[in-house]
Amino acid sequence: MKIKKRTIALIFYFILLLLPIYWMLNMSLRTNADILSTFSLYPREITIANYVKIFTDSSWYSGYINSIIYVSINTLISLFTALPAAYAFSRYRFIGDSQMFFWLLTNRMAPAAVFLLPFFQLYSTFGLIDTHIAVALAHCLFNVPLAVWILEGFMSGVPREIDETAYIDGYSFPGFFVMIFMPLIRSGVGVTAFFCFMFSWVELLFARTLTTTVAKPIAAIMTRTVSATGLDWGLLSAAGILTIVPGALVIWFVRNHMAKGFAMGRV
Amino acid sequence: MNKWEDNKAWFLVLPVFVIVAFSAIIPLMTVVNYSIQDIFGPGERVFVGLEWFKEVLGDPRLHEALMRQFLFSGLVLLIEIPLGIGIALLMPKKGWGASLSLVLMALPLLIPWNVIGTIWIVFTRPDIGLLGSFINGMGIPFDHTASPTQAWITLMLMEVWHWTPLVVLLAYAGLRAIPEAYFQAAKIDGASAWAVFKYIQLPKMRGVLTIALLLRFMDSFLIYAEPFVLTGGGPGNTTTFLSIYLVKIAVGQFDLGPAAAFSLIYFLIILLLSWLFYQVLQNAGKGDA
Repeated sequence: MKIKKRTIALIFYFILLLLPIYWMLNMSLRTNADILSTFSLYPREITIANYVKIFTDSSWYSGYINSIIYVSINTLISLFTALPAAYAFSRYRFIGDSQMFFWLLTNRMAPAAVFLLPFFQLYSTFGLIDTHIAVALAHCLFNVPLAVWILEGFMSGVPREIDETAYIDGYSFPGFFVMIFMPLIRSGVGVTAFFCFMFSWVELLFARTLTTTVAKPIAAIMTRTVSATGLDWGLLSAAGILTIVPGALVIWFVRNHMAKGFAMGRV
Repeated sequence: MNKWEDNKAWFLVLPVFVIVAFSAIIPLMTVVNYSIQDIFGPGERVFVGLEWFKEVLGDPRLHEALMRQFLFSGLVLLIEIPLGIGIALLMPKKGWGASLSLVLMALPLLIPWNVIGTIWIVFTRPDIGLLGSFINGMGIPFDHTASPTQAWITLMLMEVWHWTPLVVLLAYAGLRAIPEAYFQAAKIDGASAWAVFKYIQLPKMRGVLTIALLLRFMDSFLIYAEPFVLTGGGPGNTTTFLSIYLVKIAVGQFDLGPAAAFSLIYFLIILLLSWLFYQVLQNAGKGDA
């Protein structure tokens, strides 16, 4: 009986969670004129014209490709630099460790508006404007600190006796890290990968400032749906539904790492 | 936990330091530079000292925006953190239910922020939006563009809808990382569900909850795109948060000096409060766990 109550509460939450997304899906399958003229709980005449437009117009679909490229680069850089750093913070005491650890997070605390101009200047000095790597690097500013913080939390949850035993057993540091340590913190790695992907995917200001045409992200292209006749809600909704898909795939792939947690018995 | 003392650990941290410092240090120096100069054009600038800081600190509209910001972030933390933990506890531990819950939970987080605002405009419209027409149908005239209270309620709903899943995902991952042995021990001792939560789950989640709380605090304090798109800071100035006001100065009036001074003050407020949260949460766990 108790389990049933929990399930009902959870389902109720999910219904509320999905309503705005359902509304977006509903609009994406209708024409703009239809959306603006009638209130309808479901699309009476389903049209896929909005999706067809996005998949056939290269100025639309290239936005998805650009976003996926720089978000993937960013997620990889963030994870690979943050893993050793998080290990250092969770296991060692060294000069300036706690200051450094907190300094990392301060990079998420600055309001973007005024920083955009110097950012643009910095990246043009290096000739990086309108490249995918520029956006990937800029997003490291907030994703690397986040990755270090999340991973450090998970790593500190692993008892240090495990490290010591492994070293006594003759494991080298890289061998221990990959073969023993990584499996123990994989739920943390899964969460981190998803959060890096997500924050980079939805960020608009840096991505828009640092790109012009070649690497323009989808979020910036979506602001263009405003035309002389007002907003094209149908097209915007279809694009919105499609922006959810790549991230949903990412979390689908990391779901097992998140769900399984860590099994102490295996060591 | 006693850590090993070894300064060679710096080599493990170095890549992170380099990659973050590359984007962080020069722009920050530039903004500090702006904040103490009056800029007329390229090459024409005059040192004005702390003039801009005085101007910004004496601005009554900034004080109002700051109060609004405190109220907003305070409400966000009070609602989202407990709700997020509660939902993470409700979620199934394994099987297809767990997979499905995780994927559904992530959906609101994956929509670009400007699009979130746009979708909520239409979602809350009384004529063609689901929420707007539902509230209207209950006999309550709903128009968040006219009523400040309704604008705030709409913003909070949007914010809670959008960001609670972040807390849930972090809390859920934290819960899954607790070794099963703890629960078995608690079961043998005949511990109640509340005791398990208070003495095992909550202390073990301290790390992820610290991150969740800091993230929600920082991001809600910096919130820009969603309220800007949804309410544009209105009606009147009732939902003009700090960053909306900042952009008004920086872009609208193109006062780079005061805007830079404003940014630095803004940054320092977040820094100070985050530091306090961090210290409190670090010490909160020292007694137990």
